[in-house]
Amino acid sequence: MSRPIVSDFRLLASAGLLSLLGVAMVYSAGQTDTPTAVAHVYKSQILWLLIGLGFAYAVTHSSVRFIEWMTVPLYAFSIFLLALTLVVGKGAGTAASTKSWLAIGSHRIGQPSEIAKVTVVLMLAKVLSARRESARSLLDLWKPAIVVGIPWLIIMLQPDLGTGIVFIGIFFAMLFWSGVAWPLLILIASPAISLILSFSVGLWGAWFFILLALVLWYRPYLIEGIVLMVLNVATGVVAPIMWEKLAPYQQNRLKTFLDPTADVRGSGYHVIQSKVAIGSGGLFGQGFTLGTQKRLAFLPEQHTDFIFAVVGEELGFIGVAVVLSLFLWLFLRIVQVAERANDSYSSLVAFGLMSSWFVHVLVNVGMTLNLMPITGIPLPFFSYGGSFMLASWLAVGVLMRISGEGRGSALSLRS
Amino acid sequence: MSFHPNDVARRARMSSLALVLGFLFLVGAFFKTQVIQNRQYVMQSEENRLRPIPLPAPRGVIYDRHGAVIAENLPAYSVSITAPTVDSLRGALSQLASTLQLDPAQISAAIRRYRRAPTRPTVILPDASIDIVSVLEEHRLDYPRLIIQSVPKRYYPDGAAVASFVGYTGEITESELNDPKYATYKPGQEIGKAGLEKQYESILHGKEGVRFDEVDARGRPVRGEGPRPDLNAEGAPPLYTNIDLDLQKFTVGVFADSLQGGAIAIDPNTGEVLALYSAPSWDPNKFTGGIPADYYKQLLDDKRRPLVNKAIQGRYPPGSTFKLATSVIALQNGLVGLKDHMPSPCTGGFQYGSRYFRCWDKRGHGYQDLEGAIKHSCDVYFYQLGLKVGLSKLIAGGISMTMRDKSGIDLPEENQPYWPYAIDYYNKKYGRNWSNAETLNLAIGQGANSQTVVNMAKFYSALATQGQAPRPEIAHLVPQRKQIYNLSKQQDSVLLEGLKAVLEAGGTAGASAIQGLTLAGKTGTAQNTGGADHGWFVGFAPADHPKIVVAVLLEFGLHGSRAAHIASAIIGHYLKVGPITAVMDEG
Repeated sequence: MSRPIVSDFRLLASAGLLSLLGVAMVYSAGQTDTPTAVAHVYKSQILWLLIGLGFAYAVTHSSVRFIEWMTVPLYAFSIFLLALTLVVGKGAGTAASTKSWLAIGSHRIGQPSEIAKVTVVLMLAKVLSARRESARSLLDLWKPAIVVGIPWLIIMLQPDLGTGIVFIGIFFAMLFWSGVAWPLLILIASPAISLILSFSVGLWGAWFFILLALVLWYRPYLIEGIVLMVLNVATGVVAPIMWEKLAPYQQNRLKTFLDPTADVRGSGYHVIQSKVAIGSGGLFGQGFTLGTQKRLAFLPEQHTDFIFAVVGEELGFIGVAVVLSLFLWLFLRIVQVAERANDSYSSLVAFGLMSSWFVHVLVNVGMTLNLMPITGIPLPFFSYGGSFMLASWLAVGVLMRISGEGRGSALSLRS
Repeated sequence: MSFHPNDVARRARMSSLALVLGFLFLVGAFFKTQVIQNRQYVMQSEENRLRPIPLPAPRGVIYDRHGAVIAENLPAYSVSITAPTVDSLRGALSQLASTLQLDPAQISAAIRRYRRAPTRPTVILPDASIDIVSVLEEHRLDYPRLIIQSVPKRYYPDGAAVASFVGYTGEITESELNDPKYATYKPGQEIGKAGLEKQYESILHGKEGVRFDEVDARGRPVRGEGPRPDLNAEGAPPLYTNIDLDLQKFTVGVFADSLQGGAIAIDPNTGEVLALYSAPSWDPNKFTGGIPADYYKQLLDDKRRPLVNKAIQGRYPPGSTFKLATSVIALQNGLVGLKDHMPSPCTGGFQYGSRYFRCWDKRGHGYQDLEGAIKHSCDVYFYQLGLKVGLSKLIAGGISMTMRDKSGIDLPEENQPYWPYAIDYYNKKYGRNWSNAETLNLAIGQGANSQTVVNMAKFYSALATQGQAPRPEIAHLVPQRKQIYNLSKQQDSVLLEGLKAVLEAGGTAGASAIQGLTLAGKTGTAQNTGGADHGWFVGFAPADHPKIVVAVLLEFGLHGSRAAHIASAIIGHYLKVGPITAVMDEG
């Protein structure tokens, strides 16, 4: 517990640079011609970053074994907090009608789902690493399915579609990293794919035959194969009914994703203004704090969900490329950390944390260009928000520790 | 768990590859948006933040022939607003209704303007009072989308005195916007609605400018001066007219308040209109920027019909003033000698078939030659002259002397006079059961003949210039003259002598003579089935070298002598002879 501070320069540098850039962009987001409350949020963002750094520093002093030991209580606690939101949750931002925030009175404390993203990774790593062999059948996966399923269900009840997508991304990435064969991953995903394709009878039919071929080739247990096929048929039928059950704003977001011009002044407005902001940035951008779309308030949620549009408008393609490169640099480094980790738990934790961030970046950045639906999930290290900054730097601390204990590191050589 | 190093390394390679591909996809998408499609998005961004504010152009100033101002522009304030939706406009209007003292009609007008051009600032008050403007300026920050602009407002210094020809301006209407002629116009713009303002709209209308305001997403202006240079409005060039404003005002003055009718003064040599007036008149300044409902109702209810222009729209039987046309037709056809008299002497009437046609003077005129018949306006002479000419030649002669045509004056409201197109007109109207009595009526200016004041002035311009009828022109155009008849010198001089004699002792307008000036002219009485007869006088002076033709019609003026008084006063004023001390007596 009192081991010396471990340093993974690349990890620290990329996460640190991203955070500094992020704070700068949150500051810029507040620089509008008609001043709003956003003008001051960069101060609390700096505060949260400092708190996050402190936590990260503390975590690097605790061994991975301690973290593993803490996994179950942490997971249970985060589930408890999540469940609490269903009772006393509050909404915010683009999803004011959801209940993802914990609040005392009118004061919002934080989003438990941000913490749950980390604890679910830890718990999933614990469950998956406990098995000696990779899962071969669907039945083998009941434990990890429950680990993700419980928080996922609570989050879908809030409802928070974006975070739900992140959990699914984490689930599949970690199954992949644990060695689950890709045909099995496809079989697991098949009901969801059926759901999406059910809007077109022809597409769904084609998918069904591919799936049938896959089942015959992979040969899972007979009962599993039958259940799977029945499930696929069922979701194909259920999907249209599900659509009706979606909240209007969720329906709108999905519709807007398909055609943003359909509702220019409504949901489509966000995406159109975001694209205009990014497109008008050009190669070099309009200059830090000078973006007109942002200054004149055409850009919605410019300090949270659409902060990357500010990057695009003010720093141009060069700025976008630099930020994305930093993310890629960080993620590739984490893959290395996972590869060289001492044990399967550490390895899975590292890969799980990386995959969570990757889904965030892909969905958030893709959303600003209308490549992804507007789900309201934040950009790691950039979007204004205390819980996420804190959780991200906790994760950085964990990764530093795993990196420090891993093969080829100073720490592992000594042990 | 399969955590054999080889397996892990393979999965690490696969995930790294997936990461790199994922980021390449994103970078590619940004490259396309930011670098390849940059221009398109820059334009969209500009469109977003720059709000064009139209700058109305001042209309061309209208001058009289000596450079006096007939129509000019005064600074006024317009209040307009920008709104993203109809609902937000409604909300803003109801919020502003009390401050701006808006009535429901103004609100619905503003909403109509918005629907026509939602991207333009919607005009709420085209001409706001200084009180309202100062209140709004005090609360500038509360109403960020309001635009208070200094705009040119049309003003006519002489008001009602010039309304008859200058017309007025007003906001373009829905139906005018649909007219291809006004294809480039926008709702809320001012256009000429009548008179010269309408006739010369294309000249008088300047070129609207534009100012760019930078606005935020809520349409609030954020910077004082536009980020793009303004395109200043281009004022229209001035319009120079032939009107003699002094004569015009004098003409207005001679029409006492109780008189109603029309008058026009023309230079017979060029067709230049020196004065044109219809009494009673109306105030075009009240019409600018929307006619107040109560004023409009008052004008409509007025039995003297001020909105009907009696100089160019009203049509009246020309009465005896037409006898000169009958004379010209007869002379041109060689049907009457200059010293001939008609078969029957005037005994106060004329028996034709079963009907007895009266002369206006029961005492009778005896035998008259043409000159005497004109001087005394002897109906019996002209009944018989008409019979000599015959109906078909009479109709054809009238047509060739433009009795069926508009005078061509440059005013959009002119009415076409009534005159039969051929004998067939009577067949169509009465079947076969009409008598030649129509010929007698036509010959003395009654019957199927109604002329505008301006058209009679045109005909008398021809009489003053050996048959050359000029097109009456208020503004400078290319002068147009047309020979409408050809008579010999002797024939011309007989007609002229007759017209001179009218204003000599014993003539029908003898009382209107002016000392030191030879006038020529003819009175007329237009029989009016609906009330008292209308009185005509058309004449010119100086008789031998005419410089001015004046036509006057007095509604319910009974007889032309009173109209002759007015006409001779106008002529005297113009030629600077006088002052005349004409006594208004019934002659």
